[in-house]
Amino acid sequence: MSEFAVEMHNVTKVFGDVVAVDHVTMGIRQNEFFAMLGPSGCGKTTSLRLIAGFERPTTGEIFIDGKPVGNTPPFQRDVNTVFQSYALFPHMTVEQNVGFGLEMKGTPHAELKRRVMQALELVRLPHLATRYPHQMSGGQQQRVALARALVNRPKVLLLDEPLGALDAKLRKEMQLELKTLQREIGITFVFVTHDQEEALSMSDRIAVFSRGKVLQIGTPLEIYERPNCRFVADFIGETNFIEGTVSEVRNGFAVLQSNGRTFVGRAGENVQPGIPAVLSVRPEKVQLVEQPATSVNSYDVRVMSVAYVGSDTRVVVRLGEQDIDVWEQNSVSTLDPNYFFAPGETAWLTFPPENALILTD
Amino acid sequence: MATESTVVYLGEHTETWPPRELQRPSLGTFALVAVTLFTFAFLYVPIVVLVFFSFNSARSGAVWEQFSLRWYERVLSNPRILEAAMNSLIVALLATLGSVVIGTLMALAMERYRFRSQPLWDGLLYLPVIVPEIVMGISLLLFFAAVRLERGIVTLVISHIAFCMPFVYLTMRARLADFDRSLEEAAQDLGANEWVTFRRITLPLLMPGIISSALLAFTLSLDDFVISFFVTGVGSQTLPVYIWGQIRRGVTPEVNAISTLMLALSIILVLISQLLQRRQRV
Repeated sequence: MSEFAVEMHNVTKVFGDVVAVDHVTMGIRQNEFFAMLGPSGCGKTTSLRLIAGFERPTTGEIFIDGKPVGNTPPFQRDVNTVFQSYALFPHMTVEQNVGFGLEMKGTPHAELKRRVMQALELVRLPHLATRYPHQMSGGQQQRVALARALVNRPKVLLLDEPLGALDAKLRKEMQLELKTLQREIGITFVFVTHDQEEALSMSDRIAVFSRGKVLQIGTPLEIYERPNCRFVADFIGETNFIEGTVSEVRNGFAVLQSNGRTFVGRAGENVQPGIPAVLSVRPEKVQLVEQPATSVNSYDVRVMSVAYVGSDTRVVVRLGEQDIDVWEQNSVSTLDPNYFFAPGETAWLTFPPENALILTD
Repeated sequence: MATESTVVYLGEHTETWPPRELQRPSLGTFALVAVTLFTFAFLYVPIVVLVFFSFNSARSGAVWEQFSLRWYERVLSNPRILEAAMNSLIVALLATLGSVVIGTLMALAMERYRFRSQPLWDGLLYLPVIVPEIVMGISLLLFFAAVRLERGIVTLVISHIAFCMPFVYLTMRARLADFDRSLEEAAQDLGANEWVTFRRITLPLLMPGIISSALLAFTLSLDDFVISFFVTGVGSQTLPVYIWGQIRRGVTPEVNAISTLMLALSIILVLISQLLQRRQRV
């Protein structure tokens, strides 16, 4: 067995004059929950369709379980797909839908029946076996689509925004269910989503896509705490950017000059003295204090707005000509309104260099 | 005239007959109503008269004697009428089969494979719908003469396929525009090759569209006169062509009866077609 369930080697896919996937190289490990994340049109769905076999790469090679699949049609690949629209066959019952793949493989009737029921039990729908898809709710259809794919015991399960059509509450439930299911049955899940929170909470690793390219592959922690470029920092979670020029790089840290102010942060990839760069600091990693702090990255600001949202207080402050978001966790229980900053007040913002990243585009 | 209360209570049934606007009609309202009634009369009175007199026992069409089915009996025992009806049915069945197969495959091909000059070819497939029937009839006649094809059932079937096919094509293109291609991808993903996918997924899902376009083609073929008139041969007359021949010797109650039967059949076929269209949309 290969280390990787799926590998893409320098894969490019061109439609007319649009480059949908641009020299993508990545390895998806066995039994991994792998998310492909990015805005619409970034190439994540095309990558999934390339793995499924609905599209053929223009150049490059794809391997499934170590074997090249360049010219293998979808019906001969050991992967199954859960479609965004579920694509349940409307003229077949749930049972017939789920049994379709086994029927194609010529599975004996008794075994087919048994495995279909097993799969329906796995998604907790055995009581709806004789229903038609249009008689079911979106969440139930979603689970039938999952059962229809899993019953074939594929090496890799491909999921194309499978939760996109569900409402927020059901979505949360299904996220948890999918994650549990993946752990139980232990097969590789490749999950396409544009929802970064979904990707962060479910995945073992995430590939962040933009304009056909993979920008970064890493664990949710790595992607959030150490984005490797401005796009990833911006796309995943909230962040503040301060633009400037790098003046010094030393011991993994860099110094950024911005409108007469000096900032220090961790040096990202390709950061060198003299180049334009951007400092990225997440709102929850900035502190507001009443007295000037002596450390670096400390400047006076004007409080513009204060929003109390329960778990934290979201403050917007103005630094020079630019607004900075600061989220302060409400770790003290108080009813005293003077505990919080008020608009118009002057404060000092500060953050340790380890909490900030200096990144290039 | 009793004065109506103008107070409207919630939930109370407030409709009155005739509608309020018609209780004191203005001149404009009066004119619109008159035109509407006249239009309906114009459209349906001749047909109603025809149907009415087909059940009249009298030989002369203008006077009502008493209800009778004798003209229907005469029609159904006239071997020449039955032969013409049989020709019509054979032509309609073969034309339906041919136009549905070709039209559906054309629609599939044009929906799937996009190319630059496609709008032109698409337009050429729609065009026969607006080409005057007489032009089509003459051109087919000349074509058959040029290729030395003797006029008869074969030329009728070919011609009927030619004018029914665009209607099938139009219907099927509309159907395919709503067709979710991911269903076919799902089947392939689950191990079905292209032929199995077509047989198990595509064809069953298109079936309501195929049936309704078949009924449409059948109706069009059965009712066609102009094109059939040009391409028919001795002994292969269809019912409309036969009726036309009879009418030259004066309208007989027999013709009324045949026409009523054809009308009923057409209405039934169109209704079934409409019902199938509606059912699939739900």
